[in-house]
Amino acid sequence: MYLDIITPEKKLFSGEVNSVKVPGTDGEFQVLKNHAPIISTLQKGTVKVKSAEGLKTFTIGGGVIEVLKNKVILLAEVV
Amino acid sequence: MASLKEVRLRIVSVGSTQQITKAMKMVSAAKLRRAQDAILALRPYAQKLQEILENLSQSMGDAGGKYARVRPAEKVLLIAITSNRGLCGAFNSNVIRTVNRLLADKYATQNKAGNVKILCIGKKASDFYGKNAAVYAGNHNTLFAGITFDAVAKIAESVMADFANEQYDRVEIIYNQFKNAATQLITIEQMLPIQPAAKAADKAKKMVSDYIFEPGQTEIVLELIPKSLKTQLFKAVLDSHASEHGARMTSMNKATDNAEELIKQLKLSYNKARQAAITNEILEIVGGAEALNG
Repeated sequence: MYLDIITPEKKLFSGEVNSVKVPGTDGEFQVLKNHAPIISTLQKGTVKVKSAEGLKTFTIGGGVIEVLKNKVILLAEVV
Repeated sequence: MASLKEVRLRIVSVGSTQQITKAMKMVSAAKLRRAQDAILALRPYAQKLQEILENLSQSMGDAGGKYARVRPAEKVLLIAITSNRGLCGAFNSNVIRTVNRLLADKYATQNKAGNVKILCIGKKASDFYGKNAAVYAGNHNTLFAGITFDAVAKIAESVMADFANEQYDRVEIIYNQFKNAATQLITIEQMLPIQPAAKAADKAKKMVSDYIFEPGQTEIVLELIPKSLKTQLFKAVLDSHASEHGARMTSMNKATDNAEELIKQLKLSYNKARQAAITNEILEIVGGAEALNG
């Protein structure tokens, strides 16, 4: 599953990941491989990315996530 | 003909001016690169946001929310984006001229009633409109010290709040759009109310039905619209910043060339003066020798 974390100023993360946990407006949820297509807004919190290299966390001030066919795009606002 | 010393001094002075313009050109070229990178970095974000927004709002009809409400344009806010510094050709005067034209033509009646305000980003606009208290609505000149999305977002937020509580009925941005290093396109862009997105291709429609929406389609759109407005203003500021350096680079390049030309002419007249002086001296010596012989 491929993840892009994009802010207005730069690309925070781009690469192959196993799972990503995001602070959705309706509660935190995790996206794994073959997740159903979803668009969700995000609230302030941390994004946890698990990949082959280990765990990475990003703090975001809100944003939106789109999952489609194992491609995850996370538009984030940095804090 | 000017004396030898005068010409020599002028050559030196034009030479040092040329050095300054050359240095400014180099600095602008470097800054232009960085400004261009910032525009490129914003593009994926802006595109994706626009894409999601278009997909969603298309299937929803016109539930654009409070920022899409079209009211008769009685109170207008113009956001004029200029630079903090001069020496960049017609860059700033183009913006000011366009704003003035808007005041005189499109918004003449509103202006007479004192209902047009101008928010200045950049010192050149605020220097110009600051004296005119009837239209001046403050400035954000410190922005260019280091352009961050946060800082621009704050301006956008306050403008959006003013629009929402009907302090303004329409907001337009006037800025130099960045085409390439040598071309800037003066642009008037309507920020608020939001204009309905141009009908995207049909493929967009199919996508919508497949998605899960959290919390709901409308809520997502309502949350994305402010983001897209902030992005729009941010893009305008970045474009203007890149344009500024592009314009400065071109005008400084021209100034350097002109200085070169001037130095060439001065050198010519210097050499002429020098030769004339030498000829004179020889004549004197020969004349003196003749007198001794005779």
